[in-house]
Amino acid sequence: MATVETRALTKRFETANAVDGIDLAVREGEFLVLLGPSGCGKTTLLRMLAGLETPSAGEVLIGGRTVTHLPPRARNIAMVFQSYALYPHLSVYRNIAFPLAAVGMPRHEVADKVAQAASMFGIERLLERKPRQLSGGERQRVALARAVVRNPVVFLLDEPLSNLDAKLRTSARDELQQFQRRLGTTTVYVTHDQIEAMGLGDRIAVLDHGRVRQLGTPLEVYHEPADTFVATFLGSPPMNLMDDGPVSCGFRPEHLLPREAFPAGDAVVDIPLTVTRIEHLGADRLVYAALEPPHTRTRVVCRLPSNVPAPLEPGRRYDFALRPGDLRYFDRETGLKRPAAPT
Amino acid sequence: MSSVAAPAPQADAKRRPNWLDDELWLGRLLIAPAVVYIVALVGFPFVLAVAYSLSDATVGSTSLDFVGLRNFAAIVDDPTFWGSLRNAVVFTLVSQALVVVLGKVLAMALYRDFRGKWLVRLLILLPWVAPISLGSIGWLWIFDPVYSIINWSARALGLFGPNTWPIWLGQPDLAMASIVMVDVWRLLPLATVIILAGLSAIPQDIHDAAQVDGAGFWRRLFMINLPLVMPIMLVALLFGIVFTFTDLIVIYVLTRGGPFDSTQVIASYAFFTGIEGGDLAGGAAISLFLFPVLVAVAILFLTVARRAEVA
Repeated sequence: MATVETRALTKRFETANAVDGIDLAVREGEFLVLLGPSGCGKTTLLRMLAGLETPSAGEVLIGGRTVTHLPPRARNIAMVFQSYALYPHLSVYRNIAFPLAAVGMPRHEVADKVAQAASMFGIERLLERKPRQLSGGERQRVALARAVVRNPVVFLLDEPLSNLDAKLRTSARDELQQFQRRLGTTTVYVTHDQIEAMGLGDRIAVLDHGRVRQLGTPLEVYHEPADTFVATFLGSPPMNLMDDGPVSCGFRPEHLLPREAFPAGDAVVDIPLTVTRIEHLGADRLVYAALEPPHTRTRVVCRLPSNVPAPLEPGRRYDFALRPGDLRYFDRETGLKRPAAPT
Repeated sequence: MSSVAAPAPQADAKRRPNWLDDELWLGRLLIAPAVVYIVALVGFPFVLAVAYSLSDATVGSTSLDFVGLRNFAAIVDDPTFWGSLRNAVVFTLVSQALVVVLGKVLAMALYRDFRGKWLVRLLILLPWVAPISLGSIGWLWIFDPVYSIINWSARALGLFGPNTWPIWLGQPDLAMASIVMVDVWRLLPLATVIILAGLSAIPQDIHDAAQVDGAGFWRRLFMINLPLVMPIMLVALLFGIVFTFTDLIVIYVLTRGGPFDSTQVIASYAFFTGIEGGDLAGGAAISLFLFPVLVAVAILFLTVARRAEVA
């Protein structure tokens, strides 16, 4: 177990900075998720932590020790790749044993460790098979077993669930979190899937264009986004933004409800709107609408749970509302969060 | 107008011979050139060689009498034949061992990105695109007893003393080393390109995973890289064995089998006996000894190809 730290870490490619001066501190035993759209630099950042990519500038520290120029094998880390990168010519046993053999561990100790790792992921009966004889879920388990087998101080995971089908992904997410909690190993996890990020992370670092836009717990980044990028990247559908003078007001789709859903005496902000389209998703209804005066005409989405049975029809005007506390304010110029509305 | 135009396509469809739609006949038609080529240029000469080897055919006579296995009996008693067989095996094994090792090294060097990579690739490919005979004549000058650029350069650099002046193609051991060198020069590009293709087919993640898993350069090379490239290296090796074992040009141009038959191989001995010596029957019998080796290589080839398909 160890902390992982980056100081002004930068990776310059020919045209632009893939990673642009990132300062990040991962706490001991923490599950940190790097979340961002494709091309935001999250994988490059992870590869620099692993030592597979040399930084153009800045430092990487693992357990307080500077490892910036050390090769991967001197860092005592384990990495799980999106493709799993199992060695196709080796049996599952020899795949898992590979990191142990590389440090010259005696044969009987290797056998013990492999057996332990295999039982942890329930793959004991697969040990003699070759990777190509395994299903996607089995390969993922083998890759994880290979990662844990030599007790690394840090796990680096690069979208390890993205090659699984949706159903398997949910259970794999659960197992992944359980085993990380049990081992308590510091983990850095890269994903572009916000559901994975929200569900797995102790903290989430939201990345865009090689910079950290916000670092916080899943609830913080969801409810208190630091800027309009984070606000509109997280959430499905994302936060609605409407212009109000020099500020943008943001609110989550689930906070915008028909006026009658609030108790009559409550202080609310009235949001009149015209419904344009309705999507029924089972548990929820997604209502696409256009704001009416006094607000600037903007498209918004609201998510009505099925226990808000208000009859709605496309093309008609309705009175919606939200609690003032659910409004977030951003500077229109910089996109950064502002404490409250200007008076 | 329309009454004239309408029946035309129908007539066209009728006129088109329907065997073009018949997959069986179309298949036969398409495979015919390959079959004709193999029968005319491989099958027929092979049958002819078997027939000659059992006869007393010579260049000077039109008569052909069956003599049974007399030619083979003569060959088995011929020490030059056994020398040629041994030379052919040594020539092939040594040159191919060098080609595979050097090809792998070159492929790994060319796999990385560096400035001017395309130029280096071009230069390395050059011996393969140059005609073998012209390349060999070039080497003839490099190995020339009087003008050898190797000797003059070595002397200028002080590597050779006043009494050292190797006659590359005139001393038995040096002559074998020389033809091995030329064969390596000629076959290295092909092997390099084949191995490079195999190397590029390994996903980068596998290399990365091995690095993260703590493997150093040699462990990565022997545990990951080589086993994964092995099937394709075997293909390069089999090509090389066929090309080298049956090669005549390099030896014909450089040494003509000399000195004292020290570079005589089966192909050159068959040529000198059958064509230059006029003993067609004897030459045919000698050349038939190439057959079992090439059959073995062909079987290996097919096995490798099938294993690659399965995997």
